[in-house]
Amino acid sequence: MPVPTWRGGAERVKGISGVFTACEDFVMASGFKITPEHIALMKDVLIEHVPHAKALGMTVVNAAPGEAWLSVPYAENLVGNPETGVIHGGVITSLLDNACGIAVQLALPERMSIATLDLRIDYMKPATPKLELMSHTHCYKVTSSIAFVRGTAYHSDEADPIATCVGTFMLSANRSMPMTPEAAAEAMALFAQKKGGAA
Amino acid sequence: MSAETNMPDIEALMQAIPYARWLGITIDQRGNEITTVLHFSQKLIGNPVLPALHGGVIGAFLETTAIAQLAFEAGAGPLPKPIGLTIDYLRSGKPVDTYGRAVITKQGRRVATVHAEAWQEDRARPIAAAHGHFLLKAADEPAEK
Repeated sequence: MPVPTWRGGAERVKGISGVFTACEDFVMASGFKITPEHIALMKDVLIEHVPHAKALGMTVVNAAPGEAWLSVPYAENLVGNPETGVIHGGVITSLLDNACGIAVQLALPERMSIATLDLRIDYMKPATPKLELMSHTHCYKVTSSIAFVRGTAYHSDEADPIATCVGTFMLSANRSMPMTPEAAAEAMALFAQKKGGAA
Repeated sequence: MSAETNMPDIEALMQAIPYARWLGITIDQRGNEITTVLHFSQKLIGNPVLPALHGGVIGAFLETTAIAQLAFEAGAGPLPKPIGLTIDYLRSGKPVDTYGRAVITKQGRRVATVHAEAWQEDRARPIAAAHGHFLLKAADEPAEK
């Protein structure tokens, strides 16, 4: 399987089964092998239990070791310039931040808590109104405590980016246990209870 | 312009931005000081376990804070467009209201450099800081001054 580069060229495979075939033989340097369960877990934990990602309608379109493709649909409430209908830069920030985090998780041999240290975003052109936002992020280096990521936001052609980003993440940031979907669901329930509202 | 003070009404400008309204950003304007307020709601959460605000939300809030400050100082005209923004995440954002202030470090004719900070309980302990460049006018637009 040709490992997709972050600058495009990666084929967009819909669905987890397609991804699995593409990544079947990929074994991380640490001996960790990515499985469809692993990707399903990422999808579940990292989107379903992240209220903000859910609120934006974020979806993991595709995933590979150290790489993630996410999308956010166009919505009127995300508009930053009412005159033009162009999506707010902040939505792109949220998408890239989240997508970078997922790319880091997909590069790690086990689930651990991570925290964004910094994120730099360059805006190349305004997003086109009514079009879905896509992102491709790639975690290209992991050290014992830091992960390095870069990514692109675009509509359909990654070579024609809306924005690019580079970021660093701290690993084991909160020394918490790796989060399973059950643990995340439990945490959300507790949180909703405490705050007196549905999450 | 508000009738009494002759200062731009940044709150009205903010409320005209659907995304700022959706996030729950309001403006606390005291004289020439602009403080942005990000009102906490469940949908801003990025990590339900801690819980903590989503990094993207904090970035969006800092960007909006910078735009509010620019709109206040530059006056009427098209909204400034972000060119680039670097966000430093300093502490995790608690599930409470967040405040933001921005300082224009350099304002040119076309581009302005802005530094913004966000804090919660203690202004001296910011949760995030950002610095960015904003395009005030495109090259083909005539300069008014």
